[in-house]
Amino acid sequence: MSEPVGAAVGGPNGDPVGPNGRSALKLVPKAEGKQTAKEFKSDQEVRWCPGCGDYAILAAMQTFLPELGVRRENICFVSGIGCSSRFPYYLNTFGMHSIHGRAPAIATGLSVSRPDLSVWVVTGDGDALSIGGNHLIHALRRNVNIKILLFNNRIYGLTKGQYSPTSELGKITKSTPIGSADWPFNPISLALGAEASFVARTIDSDRKHLTSVLRAAAHHPGSAFVEIYQNCNIFNDGAFEILKDSSQRDEALIRLEHGQPVVFGADGEKCVVKEPRGFGLQVVDTADVDPSEIIVHDETVRRPSYAFSLSRLPNDDLTNTPIGVLRAVERPAYDDIVREQVAAARSAAAEPEQELGKLLHGGDTWTIL
Amino acid sequence: MTKQTRQLDRVVIRFAGDSGDGMQLTGDRFTSETAQLGNDLSTLPNFPAEIRAPAGTLPGVSSFQVHFADTDILTPGDAPDVLVAMNPAALKSNLTDLPGGAEIIVNTDEFTKRALAKVGYAASPLEDGSLEGYQLREVALTSMTVRALEEFSLSRKEAERAKNMFALGLVSWMYHRPIEGTVTFLQRKFAARPELADANVAALKAGWNYGETTEDFAVQYEVKPAKLPPGTYRNITGNVALAYGLVAAGVRSGLPVFLGAYPITPASDILHELSKHKRFGVTTFQAEDEIAAAGAALGASYGGAIGVTTSSGPGVALKSETVSLAVALELPLVVVDVQRAGPSTGMPTKTEQADLAMALHGRHGEAPVAIIAPRSPSDCFYAALEACRIAVTYRTPVMLLSDGYLANGSEPWLLPEISDLSDLSVEFAAEPNGPDGQFLPYQRDPETLARPWAVPGTAGLEHRIGGLEKADGTGDISYDPANHDAMVRIRAARIEAIEVPPLEVEDPEGDARVLVLGWGSTYGPIGAACRQLRQRGVKIAQAHLRHLAPLPANTEEVLRRYDKVVIPEMNLGQLSAVLRARFLVDAIGYNKVRGLPFTSAELESVMEEVVKNV
Repeated sequence: MSEPVGAAVGGPNGDPVGPNGRSALKLVPKAEGKQTAKEFKSDQEVRWCPGCGDYAILAAMQTFLPELGVRRENICFVSGIGCSSRFPYYLNTFGMHSIHGRAPAIATGLSVSRPDLSVWVVTGDGDALSIGGNHLIHALRRNVNIKILLFNNRIYGLTKGQYSPTSELGKITKSTPIGSADWPFNPISLALGAEASFVARTIDSDRKHLTSVLRAAAHHPGSAFVEIYQNCNIFNDGAFEILKDSSQRDEALIRLEHGQPVVFGADGEKCVVKEPRGFGLQVVDTADVDPSEIIVHDETVRRPSYAFSLSRLPNDDLTNTPIGVLRAVERPAYDDIVREQVAAARSAAAEPEQELGKLLHGGDTWTIL
Repeated sequence: MTKQTRQLDRVVIRFAGDSGDGMQLTGDRFTSETAQLGNDLSTLPNFPAEIRAPAGTLPGVSSFQVHFADTDILTPGDAPDVLVAMNPAALKSNLTDLPGGAEIIVNTDEFTKRALAKVGYAASPLEDGSLEGYQLREVALTSMTVRALEEFSLSRKEAERAKNMFALGLVSWMYHRPIEGTVTFLQRKFAARPELADANVAALKAGWNYGETTEDFAVQYEVKPAKLPPGTYRNITGNVALAYGLVAAGVRSGLPVFLGAYPITPASDILHELSKHKRFGVTTFQAEDEIAAAGAALGASYGGAIGVTTSSGPGVALKSETVSLAVALELPLVVVDVQRAGPSTGMPTKTEQADLAMALHGRHGEAPVAIIAPRSPSDCFYAALEACRIAVTYRTPVMLLSDGYLANGSEPWLLPEISDLSDLSVEFAAEPNGPDGQFLPYQRDPETLARPWAVPGTAGLEHRIGGLEKADGTGDISYDPANHDAMVRIRAARIEAIEVPPLEVEDPEGDARVLVLGWGSTYGPIGAACRQLRQRGVKIAQAHLRHLAPLPANTEEVLRRYDKVVIPEMNLGQLSAVLRARFLVDAIGYNKVRGLPFTSAELESVMEEVVKNV
């Protein structure tokens, strides 16, 4: 039987749920009254550099969480190490600032044992893709019910300016005075290669878009992977300028919307069609193609290859960068399966002490009088 | 014909053969039969790391030694009285362990020219007189098995495979072991292929009947049941006992147990075992690596479970950073290290106790943890329970140092009453503990110095923790020099504050001048050596450290009571170094790292030497 697919639809308690009734937040207690952004601010002084893109993401999150409507104490942020990983300190929820690269592993243990929590991982390009690459791909392939926010600034900030695994080839940094020799990861492609069930990209400066992506991620049953382009104004300022500058961004950004033709540019003069040869997608002038040839975005396409093709559209100068939800499909979540196994075994078991007695006395025993 | 029956008080038998010959199973079954008879026993499996080394080669030899007696015993025996050698490789690789006069049962069918040449025998040892000092029993095990199974429609290969059951039947006859249990076992094991079950049972019985009828075996031996404390017993290996101890910790605390593990020899069996016990609310997570295994366990602990991670040396090394985080977070975490011979891959199936220094010091910064080491296979149960008790009570990582010898070795275990097991119940923080409704995550219990275990989902206790240094009390990030100094000292004091039972000394006459001190799996051979010495009138005191961090409060006092202290360890002196540094006691180390447990005979002579020179 194939797993049903589909975008989020309304559930019994107003939560968006998949067609099979699963929701990331089904077991998370709802807040009683209306919550405010202020309640989600911790008493800690925020210590990012002035002008850092992290501020905008934090503000968006503090505004978004009340809207999520779950109890504040049932939200937990787990982070690794790096500038972005300070995020949990500034939110008045539960939080753990852990070890470089290991947040997905720690969050996995927490999420599996606590279905009543909304568990978020905050990470950066070095944390998630370099030292923690292994944990990231395995969390995604397992489809653990955690929401991973990767703040990508294409540089190491906290260690003061070395190139990162997303820095462009030839990047001049403190550790690469004549240019980096590493080919960068495309985080979206990597996540899709691990068959992440939810993959999206957004930008720190676009509050509205950022919030809409956070909302979709929060409700997704299973792993949600969100790449957030975040500006490091100290060590890599302007890395995403082309996507932010009002005179250039419309030409550069592909804003994906489920069910809509993939058309972009100030006047919709560009669009995405299938490549005439091969299996990929390409950007062409809208005027040159029949409207029926234009791809209609469907985030529920089961095979990751469609979303992967979208993820390959950007050029080195970041033109043709898709943002929005590239993929949102449902597949069994690791936590659910594991908990169902445990629950099924428990329901058939006797009272624990009695069951323990049976276990110890199992096998061949003998009695000495 | 009437056979003679001879009474023995103890026997050591070693089954040895190719790794494909089923020697572990044969040994296991013989052990079960022996347990049923009420002997005390101790076993030592010894197998290659290779799954199937080339057949008939020396590296492919797998063996299982069982020691059984009519009194209580502590070790699997120094040297076999009987060797069952299924092929020339098994004979060659085990012969050096045999004392003169030992009985050797060989499977003559496998002593072909080719098989002999494969292990470097120029002439057959069965014919060249080299085995004259032993009692050699030549048995055509393979061909007799095949003949016994003629009526079954099995291929020759399948029939040959049952030769281990023929050997088991023969040895069971020799030692008056009941075989009914093995018959039931075979029927269950081969339930899907009743033909194979019947064939194996037929081979087992053929072996038994051969013993009874052949004139080659004129004597049957009898080892009377041991006088052990009354109660119900089962035979148990260290790894299974350890897994059961973790299950019991879950039951006695009412908390779910979460195991994060990555496969590694010789610890994997704990993962296998625990994965079968989901009905106790046990979750097993086979992680992508050792680091994730520890991380997930810590994440589960943070969420209110008993987080456990099990591994061996190389894996524990990878977990080091997570253990340090757990030290900083002051959360429970049980780290099981089933030690094996290192460094690096070392000898994965061979035992050693050389990870003590890593457990004590193998972390960055001042990162003290509690350490506990079981002393016998069944003690792994209690050690696991105790490790969990310390972890949840004191909110600290606890290292449990088992080893390959304990993990795979077995002994009878007097089953405890569940209600007698330690009560591990804990209370999670439920409300703010500070002034004006503030929650102070690092405010401590004055007695245990433990901070509140405040699990996510508790209203009013929202707080952030992390690896950055925290201000005592509030838990806020702090770079204050005085605070850091205080926190480092508090973390050390927290471990020292753990209540552990005093070090007990066994010195029957109370006037020994030499103390032998051990830890971990050396308990058996040390204890056996002490008994042997005392029987000969040599005075020796024995003490065994179960808690290595913190050390029992009376450790120094005990050490100072004796003129000399001997510390045998399967490492180059890691405990000696600690005790010398800490108490300025001139401990005499006896150190060997051969991948095998000490023999009691060698320890006996080492100790006697020390006693003579006091």
